Amino acid sequence: MRDLLCDMTKCLQVRGLQIRRNGRALLDVADLTLDGPGPTLLLGPNGAGKSLLLRCLHGLISPDQGRVIQDGAPLGPVHTARQAMVFQQPVLLRRSVSANLDFVLRRQKIARDARKTRIAELLTEGGLEDKARQSARSLSGGEAQRLAILRALATGPETLFLDEPTSALDPSATQMIERMIQRASTRGVRIVMVTHDIGQARRLAADIVMMQGGHVVEHGPAKQVLDAPESEASRRYLAGGLVT
Amino acid sequence: MQGLASEFSLAVALIFEGDSELWAIVLLSLKVSVFAVLISALIGMPVGAALAVARFPGRRSLIVLMNALMGFPPVVVGLLVYLMLSRSGPLGVLELLYTPTAMIIAQVVLVTPIVAALTRQVIEMLAEEYSEQLRSLGVSRLASVPVLLWDARLALVTALLAGFGRAIAEVGAVIIVGGNINHVTRVMTTTIALETSKGNLALALALGAILIGIAVVVNAMVSAASLRAEQEGLRHA
Ligand SMILES: Nc1ncnc2c1ncn2[C@@H]1O[C@H](COP(=O)(O)OP(=O)(O)OP(=O)(O)O)[C@@H](O)[C@H]1O
Ligand SMILES: [Mg+2]
Repeated sequence: MRDLLCDMTKCLQVRGLQIRRNGRALLDVADLTLDGPGPTLLLGPNGAGKSLLLRCLHGLISPDQGRVIQDGAPLGPVHTARQAMVFQQPVLLRRSVSANLDFVLRRQKIARDARKTRIAELLTEGGLEDKARQSARSLSGGEAQRLAILRALATGPETLFLDEPTSALDPSATQMIERMIQRASTRGVRIVMVTHDIGQARRLAADIVMMQGGHVVEHGPAKQVLDAPESEASRRYLAGGLVT
Repeated sequence: MQGLASEFSLAVALIFEGDSELWAIVLLSLKVSVFAVLISALIGMPVGAALAVARFPGRRSLIVLMNALMGFPPVVVGLLVYLMLSRSGPLGVLELLYTPTAMIIAQVVLVTPIVAALTRQVIEMLAEEYSEQLRSLGVSRLASVPVLLWDARLALVTALLAGFGRAIAEVGAVIIVGGNINHVTRVMTTTIALETSKGNLALALALGAILIGIAVVVNAMVSAASLRAEQEGLRHA
């Protein structure tokens, strides 16, 4: 029934997904369906498999077993072309800040003048307008993270994966990024985001996926998962206790 | 001792009074080596980048071969190019032996492996760092090559300068294929070798000084370029 529903609506599904290395399953997700409007937030302790799951959903790793399904079809280049990802460690091109944005705009065959305008808009949105000509590699950690997010947005994605995008940001930059993410979500961009900041999850999430040891231990509406978690693992993670 | 001092002052005079023979030799040297490095760049950079990015059987052995070629004795390279270009050699009909073109060919053979090997190293490191990000942005393996080359530009300039340094200072190969003919194929290094053996120390000293000057400038440029490359590379590494 759920499969049928997903064929018609925008949704991202995972079926029997496994990633193994050296005989150990790093990721083992039997069934996960992201069909709500989002944003979806991924929570879980270090090494839970959050980044791996994002990579699978973005088609960067092909699973050893199982599959990722988007809008009813197996995930392929058509889908991944309309996705963007902000990595846990942003990789910026060895060019100026604005050239990093120009790089993705040029790939969309946007005319020169339009690109210039768009770059200025993006830089203002991310508070980097006075860094346009600076070498991207010389940005501070937080500035680099902001640029990585702006560049992902510049691709005009339908789905945006963010791997701890505010981990290096000060409170006001975090707020700025959260607003950007909310705006994108309102525009209809599907947001799937990893965070360790429970307050942030509360502010942004429509639904929350809780992971541990490569498994999805809980998936549900944000309020429910945060306030009345069903699984022991979620309870312990949220309480800040040790999850073993 | 007095003779040496007067040779010195003669050498200084040669340099600063714009001796036409001296400067013709310097100019030819620069021309030959600059040409050789440009051609080596056109061959070596794509080859190096392809070896860094493409995956095919025999790739490892090719890299080993390239690294081995990098340390090839110049005299032997000269000999091989000589055999190719000599009257009875496969390229004999072109009658290139004892021309500046022959010297360029020899230097290209010497410098291309250096450029290719350094390019491979630099691009492979960068490709590893960029790989997931570029795939995420939908850049194919092939399309990533120009991106990588551009982003590695500082390190690549360093590779070219290193190649130029080797080309301009080299004597064994160019003397064999160029023949050290006056006004035709005499470059700085071969002239120094000849004039020293003839006892004409002034010209040899003057050329030696200029050659050292060029080496110092090239090395300073290499340091500056690699320092900048490092500064850009180390942040967030
Ligand atoms: N290529 C690999 N080879 C072996 N193990 C790997 C590989 N990639 C990831 N892992 C392991 O898989 C597990 C999940 O990694 P992942 O990066 O998804 O964790 P995470 O949930 O994102 O953690 P964090 O909160 O620290 O970012 C980790 O234990 C990691 O060591
Ligand atoms: Mg992670």
